[in-house]
Amino acid sequence: MISMLLGLLLAPLLTGVINRVKAFFAGRRGRPLFQLYWDLARLVRKHMVLSRTTTPVFLLGPALSLASLVTGLALVPLGGPALLFFPGDLLVLLGLLALVRFATVLAAMDTGSSFEGMGGSREVAIGALAEPGMFLALAVLVVQTRAVSLSEMWAHRSLDLWNSAGLVLALVGVALFLLLLSESCRIPVDDPNTHLELTMIHEVMVLDHSGPALAAVEYASSLKMWIGAALISSLLFPFHTGSAGLDLLAGVAVVFLVALAVGLVESTSARLSMLRVPQFVGLSSALSLLALFLVIR
Amino acid sequence: MLLAGMLLSGAILVLGGLSAGVLARRHAQRAVVLAVGANVLAAGLGLLVALLTLLTGASQMTVLPWSVPMGTLALRLDPLAAFFAVPTLLVSGLAAVYGRGYLAGKGPSSWLWFNLMVASLLGVLLSADGLLFLLCWEAMSVTSFLLVILEDERAEVRHAGQVYLVATHLGTAFLMVLFLVVSPGAESLAFPRAGTLPPTLAGLAFVLGLVGFGTKAGFVPAHVWLPEAHPAAPSHVSAFLSGVILKSGVYGLLRVVTWAQEPSDWWGWVLVLTGLVSGVLGVVFALAQHDLKRLLACHSVENLGIIALGLGLGLLGLTGGSPLAAALGLGGGLLHVWNHAWFKSLLFMGAGALGKATGSLQIEAAGGLLRRMPGTGGAFLVGSAAISGLPPFNGFVSEFLVFMAALELLRSVHPLAGVAGLGGLALISGLAVACFAKVCGVVFLGEPRSPGAEKATETRQAMLVPMLLLAALCLLIGVAAPLVIGILDAPLGQLAAGAHLAPVRGSLGWLAALGGLVLLAGLALGHALSRRPSQPGMTWDCGYSRPTARMQYTAASFAGPLTEMFSFVLPVRRHGKPVEGLFPAAAEHHGEVPDPFNQRLYEPLFRGLMRFSLRVRAFQHGEVQLYLLYIVVALIALFIWEAL
Repeated sequence: MISMLLGLLLAPLLTGVINRVKAFFAGRRGRPLFQLYWDLARLVRKHMVLSRTTTPVFLLGPALSLASLVTGLALVPLGGPALLFFPGDLLVLLGLLALVRFATVLAAMDTGSSFEGMGGSREVAIGALAEPGMFLALAVLVVQTRAVSLSEMWAHRSLDLWNSAGLVLALVGVALFLLLLSESCRIPVDDPNTHLELTMIHEVMVLDHSGPALAAVEYASSLKMWIGAALISSLLFPFHTGSAGLDLLAGVAVVFLVALAVGLVESTSARLSMLRVPQFVGLSSALSLLALFLVIR
Repeated sequence: MLLAGMLLSGAILVLGGLSAGVLARRHAQRAVVLAVGANVLAAGLGLLVALLTLLTGASQMTVLPWSVPMGTLALRLDPLAAFFAVPTLLVSGLAAVYGRGYLAGKGPSSWLWFNLMVASLLGVLLSADGLLFLLCWEAMSVTSFLLVILEDERAEVRHAGQVYLVATHLGTAFLMVLFLVVSPGAESLAFPRAGTLPPTLAGLAFVLGLVGFGTKAGFVPAHVWLPEAHPAAPSHVSAFLSGVILKSGVYGLLRVVTWAQEPSDWWGWVLVLTGLVSGVLGVVFALAQHDLKRLLACHSVENLGIIALGLGLGLLGLTGGSPLAAALGLGGGLLHVWNHAWFKSLLFMGAGALGKATGSLQIEAAGGLLRRMPGTGGAFLVGSAAISGLPPFNGFVSEFLVFMAALELLRSVHPLAGVAGLGGLALISGLAVACFAKVCGVVFLGEPRSPGAEKATETRQAMLVPMLLLAALCLLIGVAAPLVIGILDAPLGQLAAGAHLAPVRGSLGWLAALGGLVLLAGLALGHALSRRPSQPGMTWDCGYSRPTARMQYTAASFAGPLTEMFSFVLPVRRHGKPVEGLFPAAAEHHGEVPDPFNQRLYEPLFRGLMRFSLRVRAFQHGEVQLYLLYIVVALIALFIWEAL
């Protein structure tokens, strides 16, 4: 419960951390850490402009995305078992992420804009490749821990596992990190700061959303990143301290370390050409497959 | 009692159909009402019987006197047959109501064929005798052929009908051999008892069944007839063909599996492989289609692939000694049989309504239809989310079960199959999301791309109500999943003794609750957003202030990145006049994607067959002297044979 509340509360901070890291590398002071919170508060109070082309689908997109991600957050363990856990909860989480994708793309197509159609097209193409990656990465952990629930996997992580199968876990970690980059639309797949519609993926899909709807979109994206980082933290970080509070603290700290790593990648690497992105996303599946063949034997 | 009820339901169908056929000339109106009424009545009665059979797990058999050589009129209603009878009757009833609106008085005599088609499928499900089965099977094939070619004034419909007829008979040829091989005695073609076929014979039966029934089910590479035949038929028939008739192939294959003493390992592997290939290729072909009904037909190949994948994983669980994996895989495959029946017939009905309203089935000519046809559009959106396997709809439940089967195999007996199932199904569902985002986005959202789409209005009520009912069913199975799977236990028991889905009931409960919660919360939040102050504007197009409908992203461009990625199985044929020079004049571009299996497998095969036949024809000269010579030569050859 507390970990879920922390997620809801701290998710927008991840963007702030990433931006600060990027600013540091660029030699700038950068935006305030809490900038996204102020942005969200401002957006919620604003009026919306709705294109005359749109239907209710346009607002349902962000609404369903936000609802799915808040619900999905309840399934993610962090510093303790998740609020809800049951055999197969990982499948439900991935199903909800697919729903987010579908809803976002349809809301984009609803505007009839050629740019948003283009963004949707890229999003579903990348998503179709990312989906096997996510399933296969989690499959490795299923084989390793014999558990089919995220919280159970969290309970099974240990230093012994790293000692006996460190290579496999490292491969999974890299695969999950690559997926985090592509799913939360960061460099090298997508650039959240680009100003040219033609080169965008996620940002172009929400060009027409404004006011509270845009706030929902922004908040949903930060929740999505939180979920990804929390999965990496709770499935791979091996230390149990014994105290629930310390565990939670360590888990959250790792989440922010992941954000730091995202910032590092963003500062030090260039964006891939759109034609190379499928290879990048496919790489995560390849790494997970390699890990699977190592553990299955 | 139950069996009699089901037979009565079949009799109502036949009577309704026959009287419609008789009355069609003089009293067309009355004939249609009779036939449709018979469908609805038969559906009501038959559904009751089938659900009772499923809940009680009862099995009833009767043998009636029949003077046909080698045949016995053996009929049996067991949970497996009842399970397949449910979509048969429900979809036929709804499709009939829809079809009355769709045909709008045209072709009243076609109802004879429609009713006979449904009745003969019931016959297929009830037969317990090879000869009776084949008779019903043929009746089903021929009546559905007659319905496919209903609009035979169009050349492509005639071509589709021909392809369908050839394919279905090639499949039936294998079934004839199958029943000859498995029949217990020389003088009878009765079905063998469940669990009696020894391994070698059962293996042979499985291969024959896979080819024969697989052709009907549309497994790759025997799928090529499907994207031809289903779009050619009128939409209510397409709905029934894709939603239900394909499943008769699955039913037949499962029936063969029940005969075996013990299924072998390799059956599961073969089914998993078939399922993966059909699933991935089906959805990839669909991505490249621009005719809505053709696209939906390709998705049937994909969904039958998911069914085969589930059944294959289940069989592997069964032979590997993991009853939970067996229950999950077989249960997921079976549930997907139902689910696909609901959403695919819904989508075909939606496509028909769309074609009626806009005059075209071309995706690129549609657009903005959700505003103009909110009922049809809403139902179509629900069907799309369901077929893409998204929560909280029914497709997600059956895919969840198949995924769980893969996870179960992964951590127990067949990890490799688990990996294949998991990765494959994930890819399939990711691609399905892409394909239906394309369809919904281009067809229902945005601005209309043609005058036809601009003038479209909501479809008539007779066509709308069946779609809304099916959409409600898609949601209902999604949010009542833990209750629905109780129905699977009886047919599951016939496939794998003692297999049941009780262990995942808790998970399904959470899945349903969370899915329902997301939907409710999303709708509430969307409503709250729409109440916020807003002002109308125009779509942002980079500062360009006169956007037109033609500037929207097209379906071909939307699918472009993925069709490029899979270009090794999608031979795109491009022609037209490219843009040339500094001041280009008119240019055009056409692209189509022929089925690679047609191009590389069947066309050469049939060409070779033709060449061979032409050569053999040289023997048939028409001159009596030559024939006498053949006889003499044959006699001499026989003498020599004897002398040796």
